[in-house]
Amino acid sequence: MERVRNIRIQNILGLHARAAGQIVELGNQYQSQLCLKKDGKEADGSSILSILTLSCPKGTEIQAKIEGEDSEAFMTALQDLFDQKFGEGK
Amino acid sequence: MTKHPGPGPKELRGIGVSPGIIIGKAHLVDRSKAKVQYQYIINDAHINREVRRFKEALTITEEQLTTLKNSMPDHVKELAVILDSHRLILKDTMLNDATVQKILDEKINAEWALMRSLQEIRQIFEQIDDKYISGRINDVENVADRILRNLSGKKQQHLAEITERVIIVAHDLSPGDTTELNVSRVMGFITDIGGRTSHTGILAHALQIPAVVGLETVTDMVKEGDLLIVDGNAGEVVVNPEDNDIITYQEKQLEHEAYTSSIARTGHLPAVTIDGHKIAIFANMEFLEEVTAVKEHGGEGIGLYRTEFLYLRSKGLPSEDDLFEDYRQVAEIIAPNPVTIRSLDLGGDKIPTTLEMSKEINPALGLRAIRFCLKEPHILKTQFRAILRASIYGQIQVMLPMVSGLQEILDAKRILEQAKKELDQEKIDFNHDIKVGIMIEVPSAVTMADILARHVDFFSIGTNDLIQYALAIDRNNEHVAYMAQPFHPAILKMIQQVVVAAKDAGIAVSLCGEMAGDPLCTPFLLGLGLENLSMNARAIPLIKNVVRSITLQEACDDFKNVMKLHTEKAVRTYALERSKNYLP
Repeated sequence: MERVRNIRIQNILGLHARAAGQIVELGNQYQSQLCLKKDGKEADGSSILSILTLSCPKGTEIQAKIEGEDSEAFMTALQDLFDQKFGEGK
Repeated sequence: MTKHPGPGPKELRGIGVSPGIIIGKAHLVDRSKAKVQYQYIINDAHINREVRRFKEALTITEEQLTTLKNSMPDHVKELAVILDSHRLILKDTMLNDATVQKILDEKINAEWALMRSLQEIRQIFEQIDDKYISGRINDVENVADRILRNLSGKKQQHLAEITERVIIVAHDLSPGDTTELNVSRVMGFITDIGGRTSHTGILAHALQIPAVVGLETVTDMVKEGDLLIVDGNAGEVVVNPEDNDIITYQEKQLEHEAYTSSIARTGHLPAVTIDGHKIAIFANMEFLEEVTAVKEHGGEGIGLYRTEFLYLRSKGLPSEDDLFEDYRQVAEIIAPNPVTIRSLDLGGDKIPTTLEMSKEINPALGLRAIRFCLKEPHILKTQFRAILRASIYGQIQVMLPMVSGLQEILDAKRILEQAKKELDQEKIDFNHDIKVGIMIEVPSAVTMADILARHVDFFSIGTNDLIQYALAIDRNNEHVAYMAQPFHPAILKMIQQVVVAAKDAGIAVSLCGEMAGDPLCTPFLLGLGLENLSMNARAIPLIKNVVRSITLQEACDDFKNVMKLHTEKAVRTYALERSKNYLP
C-alpha cells in the first residue's frame, strides 16, 4: 500500500536534528518505508542525515510517501508528530 | 641537570570561571583525536572479517553511547538529546551501510572506508546554506571518531568507566567534548587555556561545579591521580597539597556551601545597600526558556535580551511573525518588569546576505552588529517591526549593539521611524514612545558619550567587548587573553565617564557585561554611580547579597581609593582585600 501526503512544517526550528531524529525513531516502529521529498530532492526517512540535508525551515511544504503494509498507521502518526510541532511547545 | 618537579605542593593561578571549592583526584583528558587511518587493500578471504570488525566497532560504540546517556543526570537533559542524535547517526545508512558497501566493493579496510563515507557526507553538508544544519557535520565527525577509536582498540577518553569522582584536567574543552563527559562523576574542571566566556565556564556553571581556566601549563604539571584543590572563587589550584592546606580549604568549602544556600533564599528580595540605596538587578538572557530562571533567581527584568538565536536557527531569515511571537512571549512573562531587546549582533558570516562577504581576518573589528544591519536595512527593519508589534504586550525597549558614533544612531533611528510609519499605515498597534538605547562597548562611543546621550533614552555598558576593544586584546588568543581584566584602571575610568555623561544628560544607564555579576567589582560599580546592573541569572542572588552587605558611602570611598592606584594588579589586590568584608 502506498500513501502520499503533503505536510507543512509548522515548528519554529524546522526539521533540525531533534525533529529529524524523532521522525527516524517513529519510522523504526513501522515496517513501511518513508521517503520525504522537497523541490525534487528525496530523503530517506530512516536516515537522520538524509532528512537534515533536505534543509527544511518552518513553513516548508514537503511530500511524505510511505510504502508498506502499515503505511496508514505510520502516516497518521507522522502527521501527528508534525502537528504537535515535535514537542517544541511553540 | 633538570630537576624533576617534586611531589611537594604547587600553587597555580588562573581565572575562576565557576564558583565553589573542591578537593579531589586529577583525571587527565587527552583531547588528541584518534590517529589511525592506515589504508590498505584486503584480500578476498578477509573481506567478511573486515565487515565483521566494523560491525563490532559499531556495537561497542552504541553501548558506549547508551552508558553515557544513562549516567547523565536530569538537569543536563539537553546533552542527552545530543547523544540520542549521535546514536541515530551511528545507525544511519549514509554512514554505516555506505561504509560496509565500500569494504565489499573496493576491498579496503574499515578505517579507510569509514573516512571515505565521512568525506562524502561532509561534501553534502558543505553545500547546505543553513549554517545550523551544515554545522551538524561536527556531530557526524564526533561519531566517526568514536567508531575509529573502537576500531583501533584505543581506549575511549570519556569517563564512563571511571568509578570515583574526579577533577578533569584538560588543555581545553570544546562543546563536542561535553557530550562525552559522565557529568555525575565530574567534580570540577581545570584547563590550560580559556577565558571568562569560554565554553568550560558555561558548562561548569550549568553543572554548578567549580572551574578554573587559563592555567597555561597545568596539563604538564599534573599527573593522573594527583590530589588537587580547586578554588573556583579565587581562581586557584593547589597540586599535591599538604595536610594544612587541605584543612584550610575544607573549612572554606563548608563556608562556601553554607553561604550559597543562604543567599539563594533571599534572591527574590530587593537589593538595597545598608544606607538605603536601591540597586536594580536585571538578568541577561539568550533563550526564551531562560525566562523562568530569571524569575526564580530574583531578576527585576531583562537588561539584555540577545536576539541572535532565532537568526542562527532559521533557514534564510526568521519571519517577522516568528520574531514577534518570541518577543511577545518574553515581554508578557516578564511584565510588568521591562525587557531590553538588543537588535541583531551578528555578521554576514552567520546569516544569509546579499553582501559580498570576504573572509574577515578579525571579525571582532569587521562588518557585524549595527554596521551589518545598516548595510542590510531590510533585516533591521523587519526586526524593528517585530519589536514594535510586541511592545504593547509588556515593557519593551530596544537597544543597538556596537555603536561607534552618532551617525549609526541617526541611521538606525531613521529605519525605526520607517517601521513605525508602516505599522501606522497598516493600522497595527504599537508603543509609539518605545525607548531606544545603545550598547556602549566601543571606545569611541565612550569618548562621545556626552554627545550620544542627547540622542538616546539609555546606555548599557557592555564591558566584555569594551575591555577587548579598549585594551586591544584578542580574546581568542591564549597568550593575551589573561589581559582581559576588568580591574584595569582605564576600564573603570571609561565606565565612570559613561555614567557621568548619562547622568548629566538625564538618561538611564546600566552595565550588562560579566563585571556586573562579579562580586569583586560590585563596590566599584556602585561607587562610580551605577544603579542598574544586568547579569547572568545565576549571579543575581550573590550580587544582591553583596549590595545588602555594603554602604554606598563605603563604595564611593572604594572607588576614590582605586582611582589613585595605577595598575590592574594594585586594583585587583584592593578588590580582593575589600571583599573579605562582604564575602565569606
